[in-house]
Amino acid sequence: MSDAIKPIGMPKWGLAMTEGKVNAWLVEEGADIAAGDEILEIETSKITNVFESPAGGTLRRKVAAEGETLPVGALLGVVADAGVTDAEIDAFVEMAKAAQAEAAAAAVPPPAPEIVQAEGWSARVLTMAPEAGGALPLLLIHGFGGDYQNWQFNQPDLAIDRTVYALDLPGHGGSSKVLTGADVPGLAVAVRSALAALGVERFHVAGHSLGGAIGLQLALNEPKRVTSVTLICSAGLGPEINTDYIEGFIKSDKRKDMKATVEKLFADPAFVSRDMVDDLFKYKRLDGVLPALRTIADAVFAGGHQTTIFTDKLPTLDVPVQAIWGEADAIIPVAHAHALPEARRHVLAGAGHMVHIEKPSDVTRLIGEFVAFASG
Amino acid sequence: MSKKSFRQAINEALAQEMRRDHRVIVMGEDVAGGLGAPGDQDAWGGPMGVTKGLVGEFGRERVLDTPITESGFIGAAVGAAATGLRPVADLMFVDFMGVCFDQIFNQAAKFRYMFGGKAVTPVVIRTMYGAGFRAASQHSQCLYPIFTHIPGLKVAIPSNAYEAKGLLIQAIRDDDPVIFFEHKMLYDDIDEVPDEPYTIPFGEANVTREGTDLTIVAFGRMVKFANEAADLLAKQKISVCVIDPRTTSPMDYDTILESVEETGRLVVVDEAHPRCSMATDVAAFVVQDAFKHLKAPIKMVTPPHVPVPFSPALEDEYIPNTARIMAAARSVLA
Repeated sequence: MSDAIKPIGMPKWGLAMTEGKVNAWLVEEGADIAAGDEILEIETSKITNVFESPAGGTLRRKVAAEGETLPVGALLGVVADAGVTDAEIDAFVEMAKAAQAEAAAAAVPPPAPEIVQAEGWSARVLTMAPEAGGALPLLLIHGFGGDYQNWQFNQPDLAIDRTVYALDLPGHGGSSKVLTGADVPGLAVAVRSALAALGVERFHVAGHSLGGAIGLQLALNEPKRVTSVTLICSAGLGPEINTDYIEGFIKSDKRKDMKATVEKLFADPAFVSRDMVDDLFKYKRLDGVLPALRTIADAVFAGGHQTTIFTDKLPTLDVPVQAIWGEADAIIPVAHAHALPEARRHVLAGAGHMVHIEKPSDVTRLIGEFVAFASG
Repeated sequence: MSKKSFRQAINEALAQEMRRDHRVIVMGEDVAGGLGAPGDQDAWGGPMGVTKGLVGEFGRERVLDTPITESGFIGAAVGAAATGLRPVADLMFVDFMGVCFDQIFNQAAKFRYMFGGKAVTPVVIRTMYGAGFRAASQHSQCLYPIFTHIPGLKVAIPSNAYEAKGLLIQAIRDDDPVIFFEHKMLYDDIDEVPDEPYTIPFGEANVTREGTDLTIVAFGRMVKFANEAADLLAKQKISVCVIDPRTTSPMDYDTILESVEETGRLVVVDEAHPRCSMATDVAAFVVQDAFKHLKAPIKMVTPPHVPVPFSPALEDEYIPNTARIMAAARSVLA
């Protein structure tokens, strides 16, 4: 069998994904494609996204039909050079399908998040780690109303060479809904105590939105413990914040209103699936969530403005900081990225506030490169 | 979050509310069970095992086995609610409700109004309904339209395990009497149900499928069949909106009207007897408030107007199913 044959498999986006539906092929059979080209649109129960080719070459065979639902890892297509014969590709497809059937029989359950007892609260944390060793760990902190699953497209790839923790903030996801502190400094104390419970001493941090401000607060509190900070569409860099979004998130109790609210997070509103809205309602209905969200919003975004701004502290902070922003961010203005020097800010076109979901491979690469650079 | 059956979801809702609020008690025939039965005192947990484990955790003070006297223990539950407890009474089959109508219709439902809002009656009556259990005409009815008819009562009809837990916790925390309908054929259905307590507000319909060609409104177990029909119709490029009202009192007509304004076509699926039912109620409201949007006559998918037959073959014919919903959908779309 020629090594020149490269399989395109159904990706795994997040823990919950066990299968995906091929909505559409974006390239024709026979087309020359490069690694990173958008080749397929794939729909999962949570989200619809474009899939970027992991390999370059000629798309010799579309194995999956449009509309077909297939398990993670299933062969979708075959990329190969012109030198490979059709017969070789037929044999490859047949072999892959047989292997797939075998794998389905021996499927292992995905890693599950655990509950960690911190000081005054319990944190739900998903830990992903390489099989052995690994560099300094990375902590991922989601934004207001989010949970660890916001990192579903980034965490697995970031965890190839280091342990990556994605936690749910107090009042969020599967963490306890009791707040030990509701403003940015208070939430940073809570996160620090969860890290202590996990036994994490030194770490990189990447935070989204409110989670970015918390990450920055951790670095300011203990600059020797934090080796780098990645701020993604982050709070803490200026007063402006779209409080219509914050209020809409808390108050919407009709599906239509919630959908319209959440669509503000994305450059492309088609990202918002009915299951995404359903999951948000399921979260908001949990005992204690609405009071917790209200308390955090009142503390962090009092009077329609961000209450904690770190721009004047950045020049003296002895920890490398970078910013990643979606150009079409409708929640926190992209101008806030200018708090960082040009070399340390990355503005991605075609993405909104959820840039790590809309442009996952770019964001994952930027975090990975920065973390490697900061580790020296 | 984990997979739980409809039965486990209800059990968890009861246990969590009993832990949260010491005023919550459970009473009914054999809800503790075991008296005179072989084995532990917690041998039964009700005829379907829904309350199993509660007596072990909360004791006989809060899990009360009652005599087979619905008129007595439902009256006792209503009185206990009026004087400060939050009882969850288990009236095994809704078909037996006839013997305690006065306690429900003329007492529990009226207190808030008769005492100028100064009295509340936070009682929940859990009850089994529905055909398919080979239990014949006296144990198979869907009597929720009768309770929906009475102002002062709230009526919840969960369609799956997730809905069951959230609606039951809401029912227990509600200050009005709530009749909580559990379909016998749903107890083993499994769904993702959060471990934490949560509430689903009353009077807010759930849109279980979004669509623009046709609206299907369905109740309780029928939501499952309506969803199946919608998924099959989607393969034929017919886009169906399915609405589960969740509660029939209060009733979210707005969501139904909004959808019918968009689709112009309506099928209502109701397992209750077809006269004076939720099907006729929804149809009448839509005709009154959205007549000019209708592009076709409304179709009601219901059983025939006869008692539930004992013959298994006839019972299977009696219950509305996915095929009949699809046929109704096609006739409305024709």
